[in-house]
Amino acid sequence: MAFTFAAFCYMLSLVLCAALIFFAVWHIIAFDELRTDFKSPIDHCNPVHARERLRNIERICFLLRKLVLPEYSIHSLFCIMFLCAQEWLTLGLNVPLVFYHFWRYFHCPADSSELAYDPPAVMNADTLSYCQKEAWCKLAFYLLSFFYYLYCMIYTLVSS
Amino acid sequence: MEFPFGYGLHLENYSASSGHYPQVPHEAVPSQLDNQYVADYHSACYSIPVQSVMTPSVGPSMLNTQQLYSGAPHPVESAGGLTQGAISSASYLHTSVPQSYSALSSHYSSSTSSSVASQGFSLSSGHYAMPTISSALYPNLSYPSMSVGSPYGQVFTSQSLPAVGQFKETNTFPNQSSAVPRTLQQQITLGYNSTSWSTSDFQSAQDNFSRNNTGSLAKASSQINTVGILDSLHPVSQNVQFTNPGVETSVVSSAVTSSIRTPVGDHLTEPASVPSSTQPSESLLQEAIDSSSTTSSASPVINNYDALEGGGYPETNSATSSPAPTPQTSRMPKPFGYGYPTLQPGYQNATPSTSAMQPSNPGHHSGFQQYPQYPGVNQLSSTLGGLSLQHSQQPESLRPVNLTQERNILPVSPVLAPVPNLNSDLRKLNCSPDSFRCTLTNIPQTQALLNKAKLPLGLLLHPFRDLTQLPVITSSTIVRCRSCRTYINPFVSFIDQRRWKCNLCYRVNDVPEEFMYNPLTRSYGEPHKRPEVQNSTVEFIASSDYMLRPPQPAVYLFVLDVSHNAVEAGYLTIVCQSLLENLDKLPGDSRTRIGFITFDSTVHFYNLQEGLSQPQMLIVSDIDDVFLPTPDSLLVNLHESKELIKDLLSALPNMFINTRETHSALGPALQAAFKLMSPTGGRISVFQSQLPSLGAGLLHSREDPNQRSSTKVVQHLGPATDFYKKLALDCSGQQTAVDLFLLSSQYADLASLACMSKYSAGCIYYYPSFHHSHNPAQAEKLQKDLKRYLTRKIGFEAVMRIRCTKGLSIHTFHGNFFVRSTDLLSLANINPDAGFAVQMSIEESLTDTSLVCFQTALLYTSSKGERRIRVHTLCLPVVTSLSDVYAGADVQAAVCLLANMAVDRSVSSSLSDARDALVNAVVDSLSAYISTASNLQQSTLIAPNSLRLFPLYVLALLKQKAFRTGTSTRLDDRIYAMCQIKSQPLVHLMKMIHPNLYRIDRLTNEGAIHVNDRVVPQPPLQKLSAEKLTREGAFLMDCGSIFYIWIGKSCDNSFIKDVLGYPNYASVPQKLTQLPELDTLSSERARSFITWLRDSRPLNPVLQVIRDESPAKTDFFQHLVEDRTEAAFSYYEFLLHIQQQICK
Repeated sequence: MAFTFAAFCYMLSLVLCAALIFFAVWHIIAFDELRTDFKSPIDHCNPVHARERLRNIERICFLLRKLVLPEYSIHSLFCIMFLCAQEWLTLGLNVPLVFYHFWRYFHCPADSSELAYDPPAVMNADTLSYCQKEAWCKLAFYLLSFFYYLYCMIYTLVSS
Repeated sequence: MEFPFGYGLHLENYSASSGHYPQVPHEAVPSQLDNQYVADYHSACYSIPVQSVMTPSVGPSMLNTQQLYSGAPHPVESAGGLTQGAISSASYLHTSVPQSYSALSSHYSSSTSSSVASQGFSLSSGHYAMPTISSALYPNLSYPSMSVGSPYGQVFTSQSLPAVGQFKETNTFPNQSSAVPRTLQQQITLGYNSTSWSTSDFQSAQDNFSRNNTGSLAKASSQINTVGILDSLHPVSQNVQFTNPGVETSVVSSAVTSSIRTPVGDHLTEPASVPSSTQPSESLLQEAIDSSSTTSSASPVINNYDALEGGGYPETNSATSSPAPTPQTSRMPKPFGYGYPTLQPGYQNATPSTSAMQPSNPGHHSGFQQYPQYPGVNQLSSTLGGLSLQHSQQPESLRPVNLTQERNILPVSPVLAPVPNLNSDLRKLNCSPDSFRCTLTNIPQTQALLNKAKLPLGLLLHPFRDLTQLPVITSSTIVRCRSCRTYINPFVSFIDQRRWKCNLCYRVNDVPEEFMYNPLTRSYGEPHKRPEVQNSTVEFIASSDYMLRPPQPAVYLFVLDVSHNAVEAGYLTIVCQSLLENLDKLPGDSRTRIGFITFDSTVHFYNLQEGLSQPQMLIVSDIDDVFLPTPDSLLVNLHESKELIKDLLSALPNMFINTRETHSALGPALQAAFKLMSPTGGRISVFQSQLPSLGAGLLHSREDPNQRSSTKVVQHLGPATDFYKKLALDCSGQQTAVDLFLLSSQYADLASLACMSKYSAGCIYYYPSFHHSHNPAQAEKLQKDLKRYLTRKIGFEAVMRIRCTKGLSIHTFHGNFFVRSTDLLSLANINPDAGFAVQMSIEESLTDTSLVCFQTALLYTSSKGERRIRVHTLCLPVVTSLSDVYAGADVQAAVCLLANMAVDRSVSSSLSDARDALVNAVVDSLSAYISTASNLQQSTLIAPNSLRLFPLYVLALLKQKAFRTGTSTRLDDRIYAMCQIKSQPLVHLMKMIHPNLYRIDRLTNEGAIHVNDRVVPQPPLQKLSAEKLTREGAFLMDCGSIFYIWIGKSCDNSFIKDVLGYPNYASVPQKLTQLPELDTLSSERARSFITWLRDSRPLNPVLQVIRDESPAKTDFFQHLVEDRTEAAFSYYEFLLHIQQQICK
C-alpha cells in the first residue's frame, strides 16, 4: 500500500475523466438541439423565430468551439501523465484518441482557425450526424476509461 | 388531350395498383387492352384529323405504316394512333397501367375533354392573357388540349421545312408571343402528345411529315441526345429514300455498326440532287468542307485524334482526304430514336429491330413498327429489372457506346434532360426539369445499389425560376399532410372521396370540406380535379397563419465604394444611370423603401427625407464604432422621396470625382448597412472595387502571382477572416441579403468577401479589370446585369424546405443560404437566378414503393407584400436493377452536382483532391458499368448511352477556371467560378462548363424556326475543338454569360461585309461588342440567331468579336475543352487515362 505517482495519476485522471464525460454529454445535447427544430411550419416562417433560432445556433457553436481546446488539452494531459508514470497499457489505450484529436484540430481548412463548428457548416445534416456519432463514441470511451482508471487506481494502491 | 379524362380515376388506380406492382402477369397482358383504348380514343376524338393526315401523306410512308400496323386491332388508328398507342403501352410502367386504362376507356371516349379550364385561373394570375390563343387553353392547368397545340401548329405551318432541332422549337415557343410563357416547358412536356395531334389537324402532307418529326422528337429528345441529332438527319434520309434506297440502307447499317463508314461522297451527291434537301445535308456539306480545309490549312491548336493517334481512325482518315468522320455526326445516332415517339424513345432495342426494319422503311416509321411487338416485354423487363440487359432489347439510354471509337460524341442539338420512366399520366404531371432535376431519374431501391452504381444521387433545383404561367391558388386552407406537412400534390392518392394518402409519409388524411369544391369546374365532390392536384408546380397565397408579423416591405439599400480606385474605374456613372432608368421598375409596392451609403475611408449617409430641398450628406468618420446619424431618414419611401433620390443619383457620379482617398472601409460600411436594415430586412447591394483596407474586416493581399499557374497547391480558397461570415449570419437572422458586385482590377480577396453573400442568400457578380472606357465589354455587362438585377422578381424573408419520400434523406445542400435546421434553408432573399443542389442518400430501402417523390416548398414574401408558397413536386420511379439505374442517369445533373461537391472538397481539403475526386467519379461509374455488363470487352472503354457525355463534361470541368491547374488563373477568377458553380441553376452552369459552339458564317434557313415572325436559323452544335474551326469560317461560342464570335483569318469577305459591316478582315476592330444592323440576309440571320439565344436566358450575355490573331483569342481558345493544353489532357487522352485507371 503506497501512494505512488501512478496512483496519483489515476486519481487525477479519474476526476478529469468525469469532466470529460460531462463535456461529451453536453456535446450530445448540443447537437441534438441543433438538429431538432420546431415542427410547426408557422414558426419557421416567423422572422422572429428565425432570429432566435439563428442566435441559438451561433451560441451553441460558440460554446462548442470553446470546449474544443479544454477537452483536447485535458486528454493530452492524461497521456503525458501516463507517459511519466510509465503506465504503458493505459497510454496505449489513449494514444489513438490523442492522434484523432490532433488530426481534428489541425485538419481545419486553410486560412481560418475557426472553422471547427462553424455555424453554416455544422448545420449540414452530414456533419451534424458525424459530430453526434463522434460525441456518443467519446462518451462511451470516457465512461469505460473512467471505470478502468478507478480499477487501476485501486489496483496500484493495493498492489504496491 | 388525354389529360382531362379520368385523372382521378387514374390516381385511384394508381394507389390501388401500387400493391400489385410486383406481380408480373398483370403487366404482361397489356398491349391488347391498350390498343383497344387507343382505338377507342381515337375513333372517338380524332377520327377526322387522323384521316386528313393520312390522305395526303407521302406514299411510301403510308404503306409502311399500314404494314406495321397489320397486327393492331384497328387499322384506322395507324398514323394517328401511333403516338398515342406508344404512350400507353410502351410506357413500361411500374404501376399496372393496363388495368387503369381498361377501366378508363369508357371515360376516354366519352370525356368531353379540353377546355374545362378557363375560369378559375384567369382570376388568380394575371399572366394568363395570351393574345394569340383562345381562352380555352390554360395549359398550365394541365389540359394541354388542342389549343395548346395550336400555337405549335402554326409554328409548323409557317415553317418552310420540317423542323430540325425540335428542342429549339420548344424553347422558342414561349417567345412566340410575349404572353406565351417562356417557362411553359413544363406544359410543353406535358402537352407533347396533344401538340402533335393538333398539328395534324391543320396539316397536309408535308406537315404530316413534320409532325412525325416533332411529335416524336419532342419526347425523344428529352430522353436522349442522339435523337436530337437524328432529327436533323431525318429529312435527309427521307429524301434519300425516295431517290435511292440503296444509300439509305447503308446509312442505316452504318448507324448500327458504327465501325462501317460509308464514304461521304454518296451523301454529298445525294442530298444535293434533291433541291429541297434540308439543313442537315447542307451541314454535311459544310462540315465536309470544314474538315477538309482544316486538314489542309492546319489551324494553330489542333490536337485532334488524328494528330495524337496517327492511325487512330484508319478507315476514315486514310480513305478519303477528310470528310468521313464529320458526317458521322448525323449518322451515328440511330434513326430509330423515333421508336416510341411519345414515351419511350429510350427504351427500344438498338440492334435487332434495326436490321429488321432496314429494308422497308425510312427511319421514323420504324419505331412504330416495333412497338406493337414489344410493349408486353418491355414492361416485363422493367419489372424484372435485371433481365433487360441480357434481353435482346436494350433501352436506348443503355446502348453501350464505345467512347474511344465514337468520334463525335456531342449531339447536334443541345442535350435535354432525360424523362423519368413513368406512366404517361404521371409524366405529364411531373415537374419541369428546368425547375427540378434529379441526377438519377430512376431511383435505386437500396443504398447498396446506389453504391454499386457509383453515381451521385442528388437534386438540382431552380425553385424561383421566372414562370410566366403558374397556377396561383388562393384558398383559406392549404391542404397538407398532418404528419409530415407535405402539400397536397398530383402524386397523392385518393382513397375515397374524403380521404387522401400522403405520398411522402403514407399517412391517410382527410380531405377538408372546402377542398371538395373545385373552383375550376365549379363542381363539387371532385377533389382530384383541383388545380393543386393537377399541377406539380403551384403557388399558394398563404393565409395569415403563415405570418406572425406583417409581411415586410421591399427595402433596397445600395452601398457604394467611392474611393479613388472606384471613381477611376467609373462604375458609379453606370450604376446611377441604371438605377435612374429602373427606379420605377424596382419590384415593390407603395411601401418600397430605398437608401444609399457611400464609403471610402469614412462612411457617408444620405438623408433623403421628404421635404428636404436637396439630399443631405452625413459623414461618419468614426469607423471603429459606426453609428447611424439619423436612423429614421436614411431609408426613405421610394415614392415619397423620388425627386430627392433622382437628384442624388444624378449628382453622385460627379460628387467624388476629385477624391484622393484610396482607402476603403468596407467593413464599417457594412456594419452600418446592417444596422440600418435590421428593423425591416431587405436587400443590401454592395459595390466594391478593391481590397478593404480600413476598419473591421480589413484584408491583406494573399495571392502570390507566381503561383497562379502552379500545378500543385492552390492556397487561400477559404476566407481569411470570419468577419464577413459573421456579418452574413447576422444579416440572415434579420432577413437581409447582401449582394456583392466586385469590380476590381486587382486581387480583392473574393474568397473572404464572397462570404457576405454566401451565407445571407445573396448573389455575387464579379467584373475583373473593370473600366468604363478601357474595358467596354465589362461595362456593358455591368449595365445589362444591373438592369436584370434591379428589375427581376424578388422574394423576401424566404424559407425553403425540401421533403422527400420516407427512406430517402437529404444530407448536404449547395447554394447560397443558411441551413437553419437539417432540412430547412433560410433565404433572406430569393431571386429567380438562384439555383440549389442537394445531395441525398437512401437510408431505408424503398422496397414497398414503386415511386418516390420530392417536394420543395418555398415560402416567401413577394415584393407586393404577399406571403406566398411555391411548391414543386417531382415524382420518380424506383428501380431494382443496376442497368435501370444507368438507364436513368441524367448526366448533366450529375456533372453539376459533382461540380458542387468538388467546390466543397477544394475548400475543405485541396484542389488536387477535388480534381482527383472528379476523375474518380468517372472512373468509378464507368468501371462499375463495365463490370455489370459482363458481355462487354473489358479492354474497351464502354459507357451507357446515358452517360456517354460524362467523361467529356468532367474533362470540361477540370479545364474550368474553378478547377484547372497549370494554366495561369487569378485567384479571384477561380473563386468566382466556384461561387458560380455553387449558386447557378443547372442550365446556366452547363453553359459555363461546356459552352455551345456554332458555325455562323453560313447560316441558312434550312430547319429554321419561327419566333415572333422572325426566322431563327438553327446551326448544328460543333464540338469544342480547334479541329472544327476553319480559317474560312466564323464561329459563335455561347458561354452563358458571354458570346464570343471568332473570325478566321481567311473568313469570307462577304460575311465580314454583310454581318460585321467592315470591308475586310483586317479592318475589323479589336474590340467589337455588337453586330451592326445591316440590311442583308446573312446579317439578319446572324442577328436573329443571337437574339434568340439571348432571349432564352435571363442574364443578357455580352458579345465579343475576336479576330484570329487578337490577344483576346486565348479567352476563346480556353473553352475548347477537347483540345490539349500544356497542362491538361485532350479529350482522347483523357479517355485513355480513364481506361488505364479502369484497367488498373
